Amino acid sequence: MSEKTVDRVAGATPVRIARKIRGLSDRAIAWIFVGPTIFLLLAINIFPLIWTVNLSFTNFKANRINRAVEYVGTRNYERILNDPDVWLSMQATAHFLFWTIFFQVLIGFTLAWLINKKFRGNDLWTTIIVLPMMLPPAVVGNFWTFLYQPQIGLFNYVVAFLTGRDPSSFEMLGSVDLAPWSIVIVDTWMWTPFVMLICLAGMRSIPDYIYEAAEIDRASKLRQFFTITVPMVLPFLMLAVLFRGIENFKMFDLVVQLTGGGPGSTTELASIHLKREAFEKWRTGYSSAIAIVLFVTVFGLASIYVKALNKVKER
Amino acid sequence: MKTLKLAAAGALALSAATITSPAQAEDLTLCWAAWDPANALVELSKEFEAQSGHKMSFEFVPWPNFADRILNELNSGGKLCDLLIGDSQWIGGGAENGHYVKLNDFFDKEGISMGDFADATVYAYSTWPKGTPNYYALPAMGDANGWFYRKDWFARDDIRAAFKEKTGRELGEPKTQKELLEIAQFFQGREIDGQTVYGAAIFTERGSEGITMGVTGALYPWGFKYENTPGKYDMEGAVNSPEAVEALEFYKELYKTATPPGYTNAYMGESLDAFKSGQVALAMNWFAFFPGLYADPSTGGEKIDFFVNPPQNNEGSTLGGQGISVVAYSDKKDAALEYIKWFAQPDVQAKWWGLGGYSAHNSVLNDPKFPESAPFAGDFLLAMQNVKDFWQEPAYAELLLAMQKRLHDYIVADQGTAQEALDLLVEDWTEIFQDEGKL
Amino acid sequence: MSYSVTESSKRQKWVAGALVILYAVITLVPLGWIMITGFKTPPDSISYPPKVLFEPSLEGYVNLFTTRTRVSKETLESLPPPDNFAEEIVRNRDMVIAGPSKFGQRFMISVIIGFGSTFLSVFLGTLAAYAFSRFKIPLADDLLFFILSTRMMPPIAVAIPIFLMYRNLGLSDTHLGMILLYTAVNISLAVWLLKGFIDEIPREYEDAALIDGYTRFQAFYKVVLPQAATGIASTAIFCLIFSWNEYAFAVLLTSGTAQTAPPFIPTIIGVGGLDWPAVAAGATLFLIPVMIFTIMLRKHLLRGITFGAVRK
Repeated sequence: MSEKTVDRVAGATPVRIARKIRGLSDRAIAWIFVGPTIFLLLAINIFPLIWTVNLSFTNFKANRINRAVEYVGTRNYERILNDPDVWLSMQATAHFLFWTIFFQVLIGFTLAWLINKKFRGNDLWTTIIVLPMMLPPAVVGNFWTFLYQPQIGLFNYVVAFLTGRDPSSFEMLGSVDLAPWSIVIVDTWMWTPFVMLICLAGMRSIPDYIYEAAEIDRASKLRQFFTITVPMVLPFLMLAVLFRGIENFKMFDLVVQLTGGGPGSTTELASIHLKREAFEKWRTGYSSAIAIVLFVTVFGLASIYVKALNKVKER
Repeated sequence: MKTLKLAAAGALALSAATITSPAQAEDLTLCWAAWDPANALVELSKEFEAQSGHKMSFEFVPWPNFADRILNELNSGGKLCDLLIGDSQWIGGGAENGHYVKLNDFFDKEGISMGDFADATVYAYSTWPKGTPNYYALPAMGDANGWFYRKDWFARDDIRAAFKEKTGRELGEPKTQKELLEIAQFFQGREIDGQTVYGAAIFTERGSEGITMGVTGALYPWGFKYENTPGKYDMEGAVNSPEAVEALEFYKELYKTATPPGYTNAYMGESLDAFKSGQVALAMNWFAFFPGLYADPSTGGEKIDFFVNPPQNNEGSTLGGQGISVVAYSDKKDAALEYIKWFAQPDVQAKWWGLGGYSAHNSVLNDPKFPESAPFAGDFLLAMQNVKDFWQEPAYAELLLAMQKRLHDYIVADQGTAQEALDLLVEDWTEIFQDEGKL
Repeated sequence: MSYSVTESSKRQKWVAGALVILYAVITLVPLGWIMITGFKTPPDSISYPPKVLFEPSLEGYVNLFTTRTRVSKETLESLPPPDNFAEEIVRNRDMVIAGPSKFGQRFMISVIIGFGSTFLSVFLGTLAAYAFSRFKIPLADDLLFFILSTRMMPPIAVAIPIFLMYRNLGLSDTHLGMILLYTAVNISLAVWLLKGFIDEIPREYEDAALIDGYTRFQAFYKVVLPQAATGIASTAIFCLIFSWNEYAFAVLLTSGTAQTAPPFIPTIIGVGGLDWPAVAAGATLFLIPVMIFTIMLRKHLLRGITFGAVRK
């Protein structure tokens, strides 16, 4: 490699000169290269977003082409504030978000810590554990409904076997008490490996000499864990939480297939509620307003969180 | 060389096209739900293909996704379907939003008379505004929600004796809704041939229309009305009448005390599964499935019998069924109309019934041999005399989703009382009609 | 034997290994169950207690790829003997094969839309990433953040205006519409990932090539692209997996012509009853490519799922 002309010349040529030679056309190339991407995003993300904002002030219904569209001011937004269904869906989303992140962090971190013991074959097992997270959520969700069948479902059977209860005595997807947990279980099954991978990267980024220094200071293993491992992994962990948070706030496919929002509206997450309003009731104006509220919420929360994350990183 | 080949192929294709159809051979797509009658229609349509030279393709969507997907397709102005057998409640939206082609001129030109079809089906499947002679569909398939049961279990002496001891009555087809509940409760948890069986498989599905179709099966016999005065949208006191509350409480009791475990989100498929696997004594489902049930090798034949939704305060069955429409966005409307013309012929309608489709044509239904032609044929005629349908308004989807939510919240998720559920429903519906400018 | 404080003891390793393997096995059970259910008969699939040992059958796969009609016993007997195994399985249930199902078609649509959008997003993404990596672009950080922020919108929220836009443009339920949409979603990932990969390629290579008389474009094409090949390949696989897995847009914006497999698989229901083996068979066939890709990607997995934020 180092024998190649390019390398030798590269080492010898001041970078500035090269730039000067091609300076003018570079700018053109830059725009040619970036242009299509920006254009596509403007056309398929930004223009629609602006359109959504516009729609949110109307009473438009996409299934009623012949109906007159009127601007209704902020009425849609006022209606959201007084719509108990919106708030119920936010509560369901909060429950889902909190507990999926809680379990995924807990199990994911533990797994990463165990894998970081570097036992033989840890790479192979890591790859196996990672499998669920790349699978199509809708297909997975659909199949979990089979596992959750009372009586014939594998999940109920295993739980019944372990606890001695009757497998048809509890309904994971059908009962108001269990359904919110059934979706947490599947999401945790799918996404724990994500948190695990990121934690593992964090742990592997800690140089050995820090532990060696701690050992010389006679710090106990437990102390080392809390003063070295945890703080060093924390920025990574927070990043994982950010990703999971945004993803699960948007959650649709997996839960739609599992419970469809039921029983009643127990697991009707924000996205599912939005889908009902927008594509089943076809209240386009009203649902646009909900969409904007959701977007602002996720954007706002994420921005605050990123600030906190940067503070932790700086330490 | 290459161009020569291409030209030859082109000529060949051209000549092939001219040979197969003197007019213009089209590839028509018919959209419907994926269920037994759809397969029968495929079979029936082969004759049309042979006669007309058009090729038929089919897009069958399973019931839980049917409304969602096809309405989405219509609302996006899609060209997937040339012909659509759309659910009865879609007619208002189909007509007002211009999804369906108005068929009056076509009927006049071709001499198709709506008088040849059963009045109830024309009213329900074809007209908008309701009852006016403005036709947007041809009745394709009559249907209602009915019941079937394990005739072999009902005939067993030990079971009959146990039932008599418990209730003082003879075990037989229920004459009222309350008798039905009693029978279902009797079977719930009973051991038959070493297997635990359950009472009744009913509709509780949340996502599309399931629980509403099931509950209206109780509401209508109790005398439920959508409005105090038809066309006035005055629902207070009608939708939440004491009778409606009683019927709703009844359905919840049926759900709580006489259905198989895990029956929280069940519709047609689950009902069929439960019955065919020998889990339940009774089940509700659409007449459309009865030919298939009767033919089932394990629970059909001698083991099954059928009855009309029992009355309580009056007779009443939930209407199912669909009309066939031409989609306005199709590029092949002429060929699609040709299909409807062919389908409306009395002999095709007779074949349709023979294959398992419920013809709505008077020549089929009024045939003196009709009631004897299948064990459920007589029940079908009876049911169709007292059918009632859900709102067919253009805002039908909103109205339905509101009802789905209120019913599922009360019955499955145990929230509030029946009175509260129906009061809230009146509020929801009032709001929707206000948005519509009808109130 | 050398002693290191960071190396765990043998016993610790053994315990850690056992726990991780236990977790991995539990994780695999649902996946394994999907796969074996595909080889059960419908009655076996709903038997209680769940059957682990059973006589394997291809009925699920036959049902997945065919549509069937029930026929009467008399018609059945009048038919000539079945000429293939599929027909034989179907006849045992008093039915005959009426034709192929839509599964193959939906699978192909998934392939077309998946590869189409992957190609487009990697193509555009590579260009943009190169520009962001090598040139001074005004407000580059803001633009990059803008590109990423488009991912924060819930898909349903995006779908509302896209639905209207596509309706007006005639793009509803078309391959082109779905490819463009998936490209727009994937491009943020592609730009961020590829920028990371290209940043790692020393600038000196191109500068030297420029001195040698290459144009900027030639330098990009002949020097940078080959160096970034691994990065481009793994980015492509991530884009492909996303398009392959996507459900929300597909279910809302397509109905037939351009509907991919994920909205279709849950609707594989037999005539009158839920046909779990067929659903499982469809799921298995659909999952296997993703699993293979995941294993191929394992070295770059972390990078992909974090948009290049964590690079190991």
